[in-house]
This record gives sequence, C-alpha cells and structure tokens, in this order.
Amino acid sequence: MDIHLNQNDGVPVYLQIINQVKHLISSSRLVIDQELPAIRVLAEQILVNPNTVARAYRELEISGWLYKKRGAGTFVSGNASPLSEFEKSRIIDEKITGLLTEARQMDISVTKLIKRLQKLSGKN
Amino acid sequence: MQNENTILQVKNLTRTFSEQIALDNVSMEVKKGQVFGIVGENGAGKTTLIKHLLGQYIAQQGSVRLFGLDPVEAPEKVLAKIGYLSEEPELPAWMTVKELINYTSAFYPNWDHQYASELTDVFSLQLNKRVSELSKGQKARAGLVLAQAHRPELLLLDEPSSGLDPNVRRDILSAIIKTVADEGKTVIFSSHLLEEVERVSDHLMMLDSGKTILLDSMENVLSSHHRFVIKSKDGLNLDDLKKQFNPSGLFNSSQNGYEITLDFDGKQSEIEKSLLDFPYKILSHRSMSLNDIFVSRSDANKGV
Repeated sequence: MDIHLNQNDGVPVYLQIINQVKHLISSSRLVIDQELPAIRVLAEQILVNPNTVARAYRELEISGWLYKKRGAGTFVSGNASPLSEFEKSRIIDEKITGLLTEARQMDISVTKLIKRLQKLSGKN
Repeated sequence: MQNENTILQVKNLTRTFSEQIALDNVSMEVKKGQVFGIVGENGAGKTTLIKHLLGQYIAQQGSVRLFGLDPVEAPEKVLAKIGYLSEEPELPAWMTVKELINYTSAFYPNWDHQYASELTDVFSLQLNKRVSELSKGQKARAGLVLAQAHRPELLLLDEPSSGLDPNVRRDILSAIIKTVADEGKTVIFSSHLLEEVERVSDHLMMLDSGKTILLDSMENVLSSHHRFVIKSKDGLNLDDLKKQFNPSGLFNSSQNGYEITLDFDGKQSEIEKSLLDFPYKILSHRSMSLNDIFVSRSDANKGV
C-alpha cells in the first residue's frame, strides 16, 4: 500500500493515513475485501508509531471504510462506495481550489484555465 | 504513585555545572510501551538528563528512578535492562566487529546471539572489520546491534540520527518501531530531527535552557497549537494589537509587512471565539507541525 507522508503542512500523520486510504479506495487501487497490511507492518514501512496506524484504521473502521475480521486482519469494506463519490468530490475540489488560487496569482482567467484543461486532456 | 507500568520517574531534578543551570526542576514519567521523544536546542539539557538516567550523574536535587531503582545506587540492575546508543558511540577502535559483539555480550546474561547475528546481517556489517575502519553510519549500526541484542526493556537513544544518511536513520527509526510494536517495550530518545520525532513518538518533552516548556502526549501537543495569520490595517503594529486585545493562549507573534502571525496554545474553538472581537481579517488558520511549534516556542522563550 502506497502511503506517502508530508510533514510540512501541519496535517496530523493519522489524518494523512486516513485521507490516503480513502483516496486509494475511491480510486480503486484498493478493492472491496482486499486486506490491508497489518498495523506493525505498515508502521515499519512508513516509519510511524504503531499507535498512529492503529488510530487511523480504527477511525476508518468506525466510518465504514474498513472492517475487521476476528483473528484475520483489516479489510476494505463494501459499503464505502456511497461515500466515495462525496470523497472524490472533496479531493478534486481541494486540488481545484489550489489551482484557482495559483491561476489568480498569475492573472490567468478561468476561461483560459478551462481551455488549458481541455487541451491537456486531449479533448479539444 | 509509581506502579509496575512506570518505567521512569524523574522528580524535580535540578543540576548545575559551576553556576550554570543545566536542568531546572525537571519532572517526567514514562510508562511501559511509550515512545518518549525529548527535543530542545543544543545545550537545552537533553544529554544531561539522559546521563542522569544512565547513572552517570548523581542527582543534585530531586530524584531519578528507573524500574523503581536509583540508577546511581544500582547501576548493574538498571543498565542490564537498558539498550543505549549515543550520537558518537564510544567503541574501542582496535576491536573487530566480531570481537566487539563477543566482548559486549559478556556483560549481558540475556544476550541473544541469534538476534545479534540477524541484525549484523540486516545491516551488512562485516564481522572481521575493525571499528576504526567503519564509516560513521556503520559505526552507528554496530552501536544499534549492541543496544538491541540483549532485548532490553528500554531503548535509550541520545541524538542517534545526528549527521547520518537517510538509510541509517531509517534503520534507527525502524529499530524504535520494532521495539514497541513487536515486544511492547519502551523507547526514550532525544533528537533534533523533529519530523522523525513527530512520526514515531507518542509522548513529548521540550526543553529550553534546562526548563520543561512542553510535556504532554504528542496528540495533545499537535492538536493544541494553532497558527493564525491576520491582515493588519491602518498601520496597526504588533505591540498595539497585543495591548488592545491580549487574546488568551497567545504565546508568540511576529509581523511581516501587513501580515501578523499569531501562534496559540489552546482549543481551536476558544481561540476562534477570542478572535471574533478582532476587527481584522483572518487570512489563514492552520495546525502547526512539531517543527513550527519548536521554532516558535524557542523564539518566544528568547523574548524575540
């Protein structure tokens, strides 16, 4: 599981893990019933305190993204999908907001921005 | 009260070196299974504190108890349960790595030879090389083998990552995580690398000129520090602002042109409430990283 931490923006590590797991599920890089790495395995991989990973998994479980099987492990839940549309919007809105801010600073109009977007995605 | 889960208890520890105060009434408690990070600028008192834990300094005032024992009075009992690694491990230069491991193993009845050889394998340490021929990173790895092979109750690391390349730092962090994850043991470490401390510690102590300026769980430290940037107008300066409002929890502030940065310690909702009275525009608010907190706290303590 590809988790990348960024510690410059003040977002707590457990929250970064939560957001990235949601992102991986929303973008189907993690699929329903797929098993997540054990807490200590992920902790050693991304070098964070195991309690931090445990907290992220716990909150993802409470909010319905993951489920636990007794004596087995933690898995991607099937009922995450209704939420994931919302989550997709949230993630993309965040990026668009950043893009709009930068465009404004460089005096690039929204119309021009849309044209650039269409051109880059090859749909023009 | 001390119970069986208390690994370390320091009470009102004060230490001076010829009039210079190195530790000023420091108290702390570390419980089993915690990763306890100690941060502070050079000369803040981190190493002095750690040397008291190892029984290398006698407490002038106050007390130190590790596993319920005074490390000065019962060094053999205390040190047997500690794995220690310092920034520049003092290893005998003329010994080979193999000799060094054999020599050190003799001090520890619990030495796990198989674990020691697993670790030397993982770290690609060459057994027939002399300590004097090892690079700084390989010396640190050798130190890490010696600190871990007796499977200590407590891993005590004093600036272990200083001046080392990312691969060695990774090995050190991974040793810390394995120590707590696999065996429920305890880690106390000091470091300048605040990103690393933020990632692996669950408890934090920040020292400044021998004084404790923060002592809390990492979660509380991170969730209670907030940075607000406001836009000043009509030539308002910082001093006027503080005179007029003096919002509670404000511990540091700075001005850069029309922007004023305010750093708070407290609940976000309460800070926002106190900012409601402000006739100024709030440009941004964000949580602070441990690095931000450290810089701002040190700054505030210097009265800049």
